Amino acid sequence: MTVNRRTVIKGLGVGVGMAALGAPAVKAQPKPIRVGFMTVKTGPLASGGIQMEQGLALYMKERNNILAGVPVEIVTVDSGGAPAVARTKMQELVERNQISAMIGPLSTQEALALDDYIRETKTPTLSVAAADDMTQRRANPWFVRVTSTSSQCSQVMGDYAAKELKYKRCSTIADDIAYGHEQNAGFQATFETEGGKIVQKLWPPLAVPDYGTYIAQINTKVDGMFAAFAGSNGFRFFRQFNEYGLRNKIPLLGGMTAFDESLLQQMGDDALGLLSVNYYSATIDNPSNKRFVEGMRRDYKVDPGYYAAATYTAGAVLEAALKTAGGGGDKQALMDALRNNKVEDTCRGPVAFDKYGNVIGNVYIRKVAKQDGRLVNAVIKTYENVSQFWNVKAEDFLKNPVYSRDYPPAKFLEN
Amino acid sequence: MNRNAILALLGVVLLGFVPFVMDDFFINLTSQILCYALFAVSLNLIVGYGGMTSLGHAAYFGIAAYGVTWLHTVAGWGQLSSAIGAVAVATFTAAVFGVLALRASGLSFLMITLALGQIVWGVAYRWVGLTQGDNGMRFPVRPEPLGFNINGATSFYYFSLIVFVVSVYIIWRVVQSPFGAGLRGTKDQPRRMRMLGHNVWMIRWVAFIMSGFWAAIAGLLFVYYQKFVSPYTVSLQQSAEVLLMTILGGAGTLTGPMVGAVIVTLVKNVASSYVERWNALLGLIFVLAVVFMPTGLVPGFRKLWKRRTAPPPASTPALTAKPSTEHAS
Amino acid sequence: MQFWLIQTLNSIAFGGLLFLLSSGFSLIFGLMRMPNLAHGAFFMLGAYFGATFMNWGINFWIAALMAGLVVGGLGIVLERGLLRKLAGNAQGQVLVTLGVSFIIADVCLMVWTGDPVPVPAPQWARAPTFFIGYAFPTYRLVVLGVAVVAAVLLYILMERTRLGAMIRAGVDDMEMARGVGIRVSLLFMMVFLLGAALAGLGGTIGGPIMQAYPGLDQDMLPLALVVVILGGVGSLLGAFVGSFAVGFIYNFGTALFPDFAYVILFLPMVAVLVLMPQGLFAGARQ
Repeated sequence: MTVNRRTVIKGLGVGVGMAALGAPAVKAQPKPIRVGFMTVKTGPLASGGIQMEQGLALYMKERNNILAGVPVEIVTVDSGGAPAVARTKMQELVERNQISAMIGPLSTQEALALDDYIRETKTPTLSVAAADDMTQRRANPWFVRVTSTSSQCSQVMGDYAAKELKYKRCSTIADDIAYGHEQNAGFQATFETEGGKIVQKLWPPLAVPDYGTYIAQINTKVDGMFAAFAGSNGFRFFRQFNEYGLRNKIPLLGGMTAFDESLLQQMGDDALGLLSVNYYSATIDNPSNKRFVEGMRRDYKVDPGYYAAATYTAGAVLEAALKTAGGGGDKQALMDALRNNKVEDTCRGPVAFDKYGNVIGNVYIRKVAKQDGRLVNAVIKTYENVSQFWNVKAEDFLKNPVYSRDYPPAKFLEN
Repeated sequence: MNRNAILALLGVVLLGFVPFVMDDFFINLTSQILCYALFAVSLNLIVGYGGMTSLGHAAYFGIAAYGVTWLHTVAGWGQLSSAIGAVAVATFTAAVFGVLALRASGLSFLMITLALGQIVWGVAYRWVGLTQGDNGMRFPVRPEPLGFNINGATSFYYFSLIVFVVSVYIIWRVVQSPFGAGLRGTKDQPRRMRMLGHNVWMIRWVAFIMSGFWAAIAGLLFVYYQKFVSPYTVSLQQSAEVLLMTILGGAGTLTGPMVGAVIVTLVKNVASSYVERWNALLGLIFVLAVVFMPTGLVPGFRKLWKRRTAPPPASTPALTAKPSTEHAS
Repeated sequence: MQFWLIQTLNSIAFGGLLFLLSSGFSLIFGLMRMPNLAHGAFFMLGAYFGATFMNWGINFWIAALMAGLVVGGLGIVLERGLLRKLAGNAQGQVLVTLGVSFIIADVCLMVWTGDPVPVPAPQWARAPTFFIGYAFPTYRLVVLGVAVVAAVLLYILMERTRLGAMIRAGVDDMEMARGVGIRVSLLFMMVFLLGAALAGLGGTIGGPIMQAYPGLDQDMLPLALVVVILGGVGSLLGAFVGSFAVGFIYNFGTALFPDFAYVILFLPMVAVLVLMPQGLFAGARQ
């Protein structure tokens, strides 16, 4: 019977998708639901927040605002990146708009500020925030992350640098925030496990106008440098790195957002050949991603990157869960569906979730290349079904302290 | 005075009825407004009555919030002792910072408070071992004052209201006391105060410490409500925002900062749902208020009201308006 | 060796950039007795406008001058439209500039989106220069050169022209200046034009180093404040010395004491203010 109903709904979805406007009314039309979307549209974090909105808007447009047969209304709120405002906004979403699920928030600060409220109100939340512990030592049962923990991708990069690139000595530079600390630590952990040595770690503050003083300290006797930056910092660091003539001396390995698609066109041809790691690339070859990239170029004249892909993926994961749960009426059922589903067809490739709510999915090593006159992060190697624990058993992984500035301890620092 | 007391009482009674006419969302929002209003009233002690404009007031607010969280979750103290300890630390910080900042006055004072505030922010941001850095700290569970559970929206609202009313009442008494008169004296005529044998520095310092103390109380309300504290709480934005509330509403009046807190909180939390460019809106409100009502909204509207109700004395409103402006500031 | 050489060059070059940022700030501060908290926003606008003009195919230097003019015009609007109405209310003026900076930042976000906008350096200055085998960005040396030229021009303006004499008189003693018949209101407008234009020009010139991005205003404003506090208000020489002092403190401080990176600028600021509480205007009112 369940199967039967699912097929009907699926049929409806296809019908709408193919613009068969005269689709026959189905019995037991599912109740419309509201989905909260918390993003950042003002202040310095707005860049990512606006891309998140574009990705989600495109997904909803393609689906004609109907996910798995359920009419979905997206209620967008702007937290400005302030944790206290995020809380009020979420109360508005839950208490006034009676949302069935929430997509967002963007930053870890906000997500942690909402943590207990999410539990209290049992709101299924598909967040973009990357802090490791939200799906590790402090896992929230109402939380799923469709993107990546801070360290999930950089662990892959560490392994790649040691095994494929045969690097022995690396330095690292990252924003001095938890997101940077964790990315860096992930890289260090796997790189050193495979026999590499991290000989230098640099931590410029998040809001630093000039990287010159850090670039002058860079140890040039390394095989490569891992760079983990957020927002526009990767772009600004790279420009200054070039200025100092280091471009051809030290290969840079980028973290998830260092050389994001949203920055690539501004970086210019100097960026050609840069390596980076992410859970997504606009060049991934699957039908869903083709449609996505085409739509983003058509509607917004940009290539999607980390943030737009996050909400577009969240849309697909949510749609699958609504299908499984038979609508958004039962939050527990929806939550179970979100975590237990394996969704084959998302723009980032197939995704599943571990019992902590974090995604198990492909991670891509990418190289900046020119295709059809525009710069892209072309996939050069795919690691399939990567877990946030890399190749360590979850229980063993969780016995260690959370990744940080000083963990794992750096044993090989010089200078 | 008597009329004011009746109005105040009426206001409190009206606030007491809020939970009966509003839904949980607005009850929670009103709790937040009470918290920010107390914060702004605390800043007003030095800005409005003492003439010392501070751009680092979030320091005491945030230190209390961080302090109670750290003492309760890391050091394992009880709720009450954590709260007392946190307020003590914040007040002590205010005492030390006061000694430094009061070396100067006017803009130099403003700059010192700004720099000190930024140092506190830097510590909160960078000393990850103590504060968990930019991730912020969670405050797990609200206290149970006298055994009352304040987890619900309504019960927490009444808790905030009681704290707010009691605090504002005490602050009002202080302002009306000889000390308050002395403080206003140091603002308007410091030289004369000195000649009369008052220790101007000491009066300012004590006011500074008190201001820090009440900001710390507001900081406790903040963290009890949010159950979370992050470097944003001690940031320059937070300091600028509370100064904005104070001056927007009218520094040097008791109700002005409260009105400012209502407006700013509503714009940030409610208007932002309808107006995409709410940051610009906030800036615009601020600019217009300062330009057209330089003494703040409360004195400004009071003046307008008087002008409307009072029989128009011929055609010289502009002349009569001037002195009253000075009076209100 | 390399460390000390490159950091020293960095400090000097950064000092030059800071001078472009803070000379206008200091002039306005000295004459009008108020810190223009929209100065960081002016600088950011300069970077955005410069990038936009260059996008239209305009030459780098002309784009920089145009950005300076546009932002200077905005400065006049701010002064005439708002600050003038608040004459005598320094606190109100400071707050208005803060409000204006909110508005500018939000409008920039709307116009130029949240993504960073690259500001290209002139083609010839893109490859690094080599000093005894060590690479240093050529463009930073260009910035230093521009700063020195600007300093000389400003010096001539202040010391050798009538306008400069009036500004100096106003900074020293406003009442006296009024007394000897200087049209103070015109003077304020001129100084605001000059100060804002310097910020706009500095924004474009600094652009190739920092790029234009949301938040640039908040990153730069504290630097201007610190420069002026260390160097003294309203004095060109003070801004010059203060800029290079901050350049050195910032570069060597963050490199040698990375744990203090966040407070490296504010500790000396507190120290100066506490030790010399009257220091802000001390130079101006000798």
